[in-house]
Parts: sequence; C-alpha cells; structure tokens
Amino acid sequence: MASPEPPRFKPADYKSATKPVWCPGCGDFHVLMSVTRALAELNVAPEQVAVISGIGCSSRIPAYTSCYGFHGVHGRSLALGAGLKVARPDLTVLVMSGDGDGFSIGGNHFLHACRRNIDMTYIVMDNRVYGMTKGQPSPTTEPDWDSALSPGGTGLRPFHPLVIALASGANFVARAFSGLPNETAAIMVEAVRHPGFSFVEILSPCVTFRPDEHDWKGLVHAAPVAATDDPARAARRIMTDDGFNLGVLYRGDRRPYEAPASSAIVDVEALDREFEL
Amino acid sequence: MSRVGELLAYAHQMELEAQERYGMLADQMQVHNNPELEKLFRDLARIEGLHAADIAKEMKDRKIPDLTALDFEWPDAESPEAVDFGDVHYQMVPWQALQLALRAEQKAQAFFEHFVATTGDAEARRFAEEFAGEEEEHVALVLKELRKYPAPSDTPADDLDPPVGQD
Repeated sequence: MASPEPPRFKPADYKSATKPVWCPGCGDFHVLMSVTRALAELNVAPEQVAVISGIGCSSRIPAYTSCYGFHGVHGRSLALGAGLKVARPDLTVLVMSGDGDGFSIGGNHFLHACRRNIDMTYIVMDNRVYGMTKGQPSPTTEPDWDSALSPGGTGLRPFHPLVIALASGANFVARAFSGLPNETAAIMVEAVRHPGFSFVEILSPCVTFRPDEHDWKGLVHAAPVAATDDPARAARRIMTDDGFNLGVLYRGDRRPYEAPASSAIVDVEALDREFEL
Repeated sequence: MSRVGELLAYAHQMELEAQERYGMLADQMQVHNNPELEKLFRDLARIEGLHAADIAKEMKDRKIPDLTALDFEWPDAESPEAVDFGDVHYQMVPWQALQLALRAEQKAQAFFEHFVATTGDAEARRFAEEFAGEEEEHVALVLKELRKYPAPSDTPADDLDPPVGQD
C-alpha cells in the first residue's frame, strides 16, 4: 500500500489569529507575509519551526505566526536562537529582529552568532529608526537624517550589517525589500536551506517616523552580479554599492557549528526536582 | 500560461491573495479604530473570497498544476490584484482606500484581458473573458462607491494623537 502523501502546508497555516498592531503601511506586514510564504514553500510543519525575537516593532512577529515563538529580551534573540538550535537541531530556527535590537543592543551577539555559524536564519527588518520608542536614530540611520530628536542628524557613520556579517563569518548574506514579498520569501527559503548562519537584511520602511522611506520602492533593484563565495569580493561589492542592491550577495561553504557529541541529555523532571522548594 | 488549468490556478491564486490582503487591511483598520474602512475592506475581502470559491469549483474536476505561492509568474513582482501595503496610511480616508482597490481591480481586469488577447486555447479564452468581465464589474462597483466620497484635500486630517513631530 502506498504511504499517504505528506501534508502540503499553505501560507495561512503559519498565521496566528492575533492581529498585528503595526502602523498601517509598515513594511513588517509584508515581511510577515514573506515568512508565511517561505515556510509554506519549505513545507515544514508549524510545530517544527521556532520564531525567536527580541524587542521592538519587528520583534512582535512571533505572536503573529502559529509556530513556536519566543519574544525575548532586548538584543538577546540570537543567544536564545543559538541555544535552542544547539539543543534541538531538528527545528527550523528563525531569529527575527530590527536594526536597533539587532545591531545596537544585540550588536555583540550578532558578531558572535556569525562567527559560530550555527545553522539558523537571522532576519533583520531594517527601517533605520527606533519606531516603537517614537523615532530615535538607530545604528543604521543616515548621519544627516534630521529630526526633532536628532536635530541636524547624528553625524555618525552608519553601521554596515552586511559587511560586518561577512567579516564575522556569516555563511550566507542577502538583502531584500519588504515591498517585494515573493522575492523576499524566495531569499528566505534559500537562507533557511543554506547550511550555517544565514543573514538576511530586509529593508522594511517605517512609514510613520520615516515617511521618506516610501521612496525605497523606487530605489531598490536587483544586484547586478551573481552571488559570490568569496567574502572579500562580496564585502567590496557591498561597501561600494548604493545600499539598495537586492538578492543573495554571498554564499559561503563554512562548515556549520556542531554541538559536541558529549552534550548532556537532561531529564527535565530531574531538573525540575532540583529547583523544588 | 495558456491552458485552462493554468488559468484557473492563476485566477484562484489571484483571488486568494486579494482576499488575504483586503482581510489584513481590514484587521489593520480594526486595530487602529477605523470602523468605516474596516467594513469596506472586509466587504472587499468577502467578495474576493466568493470568487475564489467559485473558481475552486471549476478547478475540481480538472487537471490543475500544483503550484506554490512562489511558483506563480506574474507580469509584475506581485499578483495584479494585491494591494500594496506600503500605500496604506493610518489616516487614510475611504476615498484613498477605494483608489487602492480601484487600481487593484483594474490591474486584475487588464491581466485577464491580456490573456484573452494572447491565448490560443478557446476554452481558456472563454474563462478569461468571464473573469475579465467580473473584474470589470468590480471596477464599476468601486467607481460607484467612490461617488459617495469626496476627494480629500491635500492637508491630512488632524491627528489627535500624533507621532513625535519630525519637523
């Protein structure tokens, strides 16, 4: 007798009933759509996926999926994701963050997550502003962005996450634009399938505090050259592009981190007893 | 794309995506306490859902290609009838919402009309003509609704709880 066909999941299977509270027009709505499409394309059961986040508008995303989720501590989503993936390598781990959570508060974790090259996918919704706290400049904000909270701009050189990721050892680096949900989903699929630490920066406009980011739709374009496996070449390209090149920019072949075979297997009930009062 | 099975798969996907987007827009308006627009988007989502169900019936006894959301090759990056969330704003008024819907329905109509003009399959053309006609009806419906609402001035409505000023 033929074995039954495995279930074919649809994007809607990965959505929860919780309604997002993002501002209408926020790019993160499209990112949520891309995540559900990517997971449907991967056809991985919702209970086999963990969506881990930190703090910020973008970090609300686990609640909007039907996957397992962990809305964690500010900047610490990668630490949570890494621990989970090492303990449960069978799960698909998506760590989702924003530019403030990921590159400022969680900047140090970002470096070391790239270096460790644990097999998980890090998706950062970069809107170049702290939206949840009402519009402060973030690590990726342009130095001359003039606002009531940063008159004349910060004058600071923006953090360059893709180059930092390359320099730190990320095994897959890509840039996407939220307004192109199908393209973004396809990049997510590739990122998840690629072994090791995959980093996807998604330009996701904050239409409330950065209405100028409406212009991104007309600025983004496909990267003119194919992805390289040479990190130095990829870094040079990214450093000299206009910041709106989309697509997979680097595919490495570093071997992902493997937990030592001697990893302790803990009896949860025994652990519980240790903490009994 | 030229045959009936493909056309139905594309038409079905288009209606599902339109239903999903209008539904998400209705949710956004509900969350942001804009009941008038919530109702408008819910109505549009319901209409698209009914269309999707009708097309699903036609698909039942036919050979339909097994496509995922990422397999569809649309004329542009996204399904023609899908509203771009980037064009939405928390202060939008019915006139602006209807303009979004109008653009989406017109693009859907154009998609099917192009199919009619280019397919060599008589049965597929018959379906596409029917779908184009339905989209034309939607366009007319949205235009009728638009007559109820004046175009807003360029000045946004007063915001009683504005975000921190950036000027």
